Amino acid sequence: MPATTKTNFQLVVNGLLNENPIFRLALSMCPAVGISTTVANGLLLGVAVLFVQVFSSCTISLIKDHIHPRIRIPTYTLTIATWVTVIDLVLAAYLPVAYKAMGIFVRLIVAFAIITMRLEVFACRNTVTASFWDGVGMGFGFMFGMVTLGAVREVLGMGTFLGYDLMGFRPLLFFVLPAAGFFLVGFMMAVFNYVETVYRRRAKRGA
Amino acid sequence: MRRKGMALTAALLLAALVLGGCERGPRFVKRADFEEANRIVLTFAGPVDASWAADKAHFTVNEKPDPDILLDIESVRLEADGTRLTITMADPLNQEQPHQVVVKDIVANGKPLGSTAVIAARSYFGHLFAIFLGALIIQNFVFSKYLGLCVFFGTSQKKSTAVGMGITFTFVIVFASLMSWFLYQFVLKPYRLDYLQIIVFIGLVSLTVQAVDTILRKINPALFKAFGVYLVLVIANCIVIAVPLILADNEYNMFESLMLALGAGLGFLLALFLMSSVRERLEFANVPVSYRGLPIAFIVAGLFALSFMGFSGMSIF
Repeated sequence: MPATTKTNFQLVVNGLLNENPIFRLALSMCPAVGISTTVANGLLLGVAVLFVQVFSSCTISLIKDHIHPRIRIPTYTLTIATWVTVIDLVLAAYLPVAYKAMGIFVRLIVAFAIITMRLEVFACRNTVTASFWDGVGMGFGFMFGMVTLGAVREVLGMGTFLGYDLMGFRPLLFFVLPAAGFFLVGFMMAVFNYVETVYRRRAKRGA
Repeated sequence: MRRKGMALTAALLLAALVLGGCERGPRFVKRADFEEANRIVLTFAGPVDASWAADKAHFTVNEKPDPDILLDIESVRLEADGTRLTITMADPLNQEQPHQVVVKDIVANGKPLGSTAVIAARSYFGHLFAIFLGALIIQNFVFSKYLGLCVFFGTSQKKSTAVGMGITFTFVIVFASLMSWFLYQFVLKPYRLDYLQIIVFIGLVSLTVQAVDTILRKINPALFKAFGVYLVLVIANCIVIAVPLILADNEYNMFESLMLALGAGLGFLLALFLMSSVRERLEFANVPVSYRGLPIAFIVAGLFALSFMGFSGMSIF
């Protein structure tokens, strides 16, 4: 794939919608199912992923000319691991309560397929600026997915939003259960698929 | 120091299990056992005085690692023959931990016999088995902890692929976990480099995969042909990095680590096999267009997760 021709704005929108990491690319599903129970959790993990994605993308695109192709994957992994360690220590120091709520998932960012994939597909072929915006797009796309899931589960499951009581009762306690994460992700993917088929049909009719 | 202590405890527990009743010297309090969720039963060598046993101030119970935190005793009851005494606690005990019962100023037949301490613990093999079964079923990594989903959905379309992936994964995870346990206990911890654990563990996993790849290619090309393709995928699986992190957090010893890794690997194999059996049949089902492929797989996984919830809270031994 040659260097990208998209503008910075297009890169961000691409990450948010067309190639949304959760609903379109179906990568990094573990956190989407595991800890999307509240908006706050989704937001915090989203910020962590955004940070790691942007910094790893920039690092790799800075040193891309010096990486031997045969050791590129280990290089990516170690770069990501370094930035994950940074965010892990920062969160543990400044937000200990929220950090505890997310458990092991912050450290597991190191194994999220989405980050490695963006480095392999994008950052190692593009300039630092383009990689930065691609990272921002992907990070916000992930955060958008996590917050959407978190909002549905928190509102339906606990009747609250970001901890504020909305309804005064708990409509469907089922959505708090971790198993509901699977159902909800499946349902959202189906919705995205449906929107895409309708969109395509319309585009065909227009052409 | 603490690790040594734990290893020693483990060895002692093991020895106590093997040697049965052969303990150091005669003891008046013969044994202490857990009963139900919140009871400890003491067995004495001879009958003790009922008036002494009536006062619960003569007994203190604490978890072995925290001698400062005494647990609340609700009541103490002596049976008619005077040799069995049941201590009922106010709250359920965490029976994963060995508990220490200190018995003060024992009085039997009017004679004072001094104080003594006994340990109530579950049998060590039972403890190991509980870890194994916990990782395999009760806290199944896929259906109860929601890890490793990318690879799980990617390789569960056909039974043959699922089994191949599961076996390769089990092999790699056991190997990688033991190596990272060793490195964590003997290098990272003594030199206070714990904060490097993410980098070290992920590097170790990649190395293990690379090593297995190279060795298998040389030694058994047939096996490599069958399982080689899955090796690359193992690195993308979060379970393979989650297990070493859990081992480090919980300070497991080597046998416990082995059991957790084995349980995690076989649990993944079990999940893959179940899922692929369903997905093979889904091929012939009439699924709504928007749900074809991944969405319906997620719904099925949700049903599995619901049914696996039935195992939660189950405890064996």
